[in-house]
Amino acid sequence: MQKNVQKLYSGNEVIVLAAIEAGAEAMFGYPITPSSEILQGWIESASSNRNLQFLQTEDETSAGFATIGSILGGKKAFTATAGPGHVLMQDPLSMAENLRIPFVAIVMQRGGPSTGTVNYSQQEVNLAAFGGNGDGLRVVYSASSIDELYSLTIKTFNTAWRYKFPSILLGDGYLAKMKTKFSPSKSIRPIKSTEMLEGKKNPTYLRNCFSSEEEFGAELDKNIADWNRLRSQIAESEVYKINDASEIIIAHGLVAQASKEAVEIMRNNRRKIGLFKPITLNPIDSRTLNKVSSGKKKIYIVESSRNQLSHIIKYELDKFCGEIVEISKPAQGFTAKEIVNKIEKD
Amino acid sequence: MIETMPKCWNQKTKPHFFCPGCGHAIILKQLGFVIDDLKLEQEVKFFIDIGCSLLAWNFYNFDTVQTHHGRTTPTAVGYKMAKPKKVVIGYMGDGGGYAIGLQSVLHAAFRNDPVTIILVNNENYAMTGGQMAPTTMPNEITTTTPTGKEVKFGPGMHGPELIRNIASDKAYIARTSMSAPEAVKIAIKKAIKTQIENNAFSFLEILSICPTNWKTDAEGSFERLKMAESYYHIGEIPPQKSSQK
Ligand SMILES: Cc1ncc(C[n+]2csc(CCOP(=O)(O)OP(=O)(O)O)c2C)c(N)n1
Ligand code: SF4
Repeated sequence: MQKNVQKLYSGNEVIVLAAIEAGAEAMFGYPITPSSEILQGWIESASSNRNLQFLQTEDETSAGFATIGSILGGKKAFTATAGPGHVLMQDPLSMAENLRIPFVAIVMQRGGPSTGTVNYSQQEVNLAAFGGNGDGLRVVYSASSIDELYSLTIKTFNTAWRYKFPSILLGDGYLAKMKTKFSPSKSIRPIKSTEMLEGKKNPTYLRNCFSSEEEFGAELDKNIADWNRLRSQIAESEVYKINDASEIIIAHGLVAQASKEAVEIMRNNRRKIGLFKPITLNPIDSRTLNKVSSGKKKIYIVESSRNQLSHIIKYELDKFCGEIVEISKPAQGFTAKEIVNKIEKD
Repeated sequence: MIETMPKCWNQKTKPHFFCPGCGHAIILKQLGFVIDDLKLEQEVKFFIDIGCSLLAWNFYNFDTVQTHHGRTTPTAVGYKMAKPKKVVIGYMGDGGGYAIGLQSVLHAAFRNDPVTIILVNNENYAMTGGQMAPTTMPNEITTTTPTGKEVKFGPGMHGPELIRNIASDKAYIARTSMSAPEAVKIAIKKAIKTQIENNAFSFLEILSICPTNWKTDAEGSFERLKMAESYYHIGEIPPQKSSQK
């Protein structure tokens, strides 16, 4: 007798569901592991939904610029990429950053530099947050589970369209490919997209090229002022068993998931340790970070890159007097036990 | 009465910022007349490259977007997909279209994306100080070919002929020269009508002058242009007979 089989979803499949839920109407992409199934899944959805557009472009740069063109025409468009494709995506991301275009990129990190591995890493944090020839006015979310991939995809769209900063969701190869049971969480209401070239009486001129330092400086100052005003509204984090802790682990993405388990194990060993998990890596929820770290003995920053998260955290920490220990394994994953061993050996 | 200025020109930005005698200004004027004639001021969306074309960012009374160097075509294609009824024009130099952005131009032609690309061929990278372009002709001296363009850097690139090879038969592909403004107008009109009436790709290269970088006076500029006109073929490049694309 056949049993009731429940469908299992991969992270990439969940992202497609979430993008549609967020009101996305167009996707432009160039295949790259481990994000290709987002493009494939989107195209499959488009075959039964005429409102969904897509184009497999000649490269990632074109995917990004076609996304921009589509957004200028009023569509809620996005792209998905990884690794070397994310490098090429910096060109359109820089234009979106300057012109305040609500650009969404889903980035499933893989090991670098170069072609690296196609599996897993957390080495694209710097690129996502500070890549491009600007000052990093991009919102970067990091997902640590399939459920979060869903809710944060929707959030990434809403943030981009609400605040008009390019917004990136970081996942990784494991999250992209792993399959689990999944039922969509209650959705957040999508934000409407409007045309940026309306052809009204006064023409719209969008330019990214300025001839005087002062003129361009004034433009940048406006954007930076917006960023500074909005950053506390955008920044998000999660804390776990932090109240009585004398030490904290700081980790994001899948490493945060393993760290949560590590906290559990160490708590059973009577170690008073907690977790701070940034959900936005740019901007960081520095208010919560400084509140929870105040008076703590030690901070362990655990990540699958060479201290990329650590650099961000150290810059944001205000008057922290304890010790900071960096535990990094570039492009390799952590198990909870490994994190426990490293901390207990310290 | 003969109109001296297109109605769709943004008067507030005239005189323009192109160098005196620049070919871009003359070509943009013809484009303006075509937009007037076809009454497209409300319909047209103008996407420009980085290169001297960037100086046209507020040249007209219609929506204009400066993109990045070489990225005009994909931006225009994405916009056209979102707004298929709009008339989408990409405007670029020969560096933007035949070097950094060639891949995108070729693929837009290959897919028959219904956009119009106007490429101004002044045979050099003008905005950055007169370096060699793919279209620089053999033996010509530029700031990166100080002893003349050698064979090892290739001859002058024949863009429209290259594009024709992979474009749909419905696409309009041509080369014209700014020495004949009436012919430029006719070709631009045909390119735009191809987009509107045939829903097909159109590509027009316009041979142009750059007195600043070629260091030519009016007479010298047009002498150079004559040379270019004999090196490059002027006219429409029809689909090959054997092809059925
Ligand atoms: C990615 C990138 N590379 C290089 C440049 C520098 N750059 C600006 S314009 C240009 C070439 C312009 O030549 P062309 O496209 O022929 O236009 P023209 O100025 O001759 O009209 C270059 C190389 C740039 N802006 N962006
Ligand atoms: S440098 Fe040449 S192409 Fe550029 S504006 Fe001057 S004359 Fe025109």
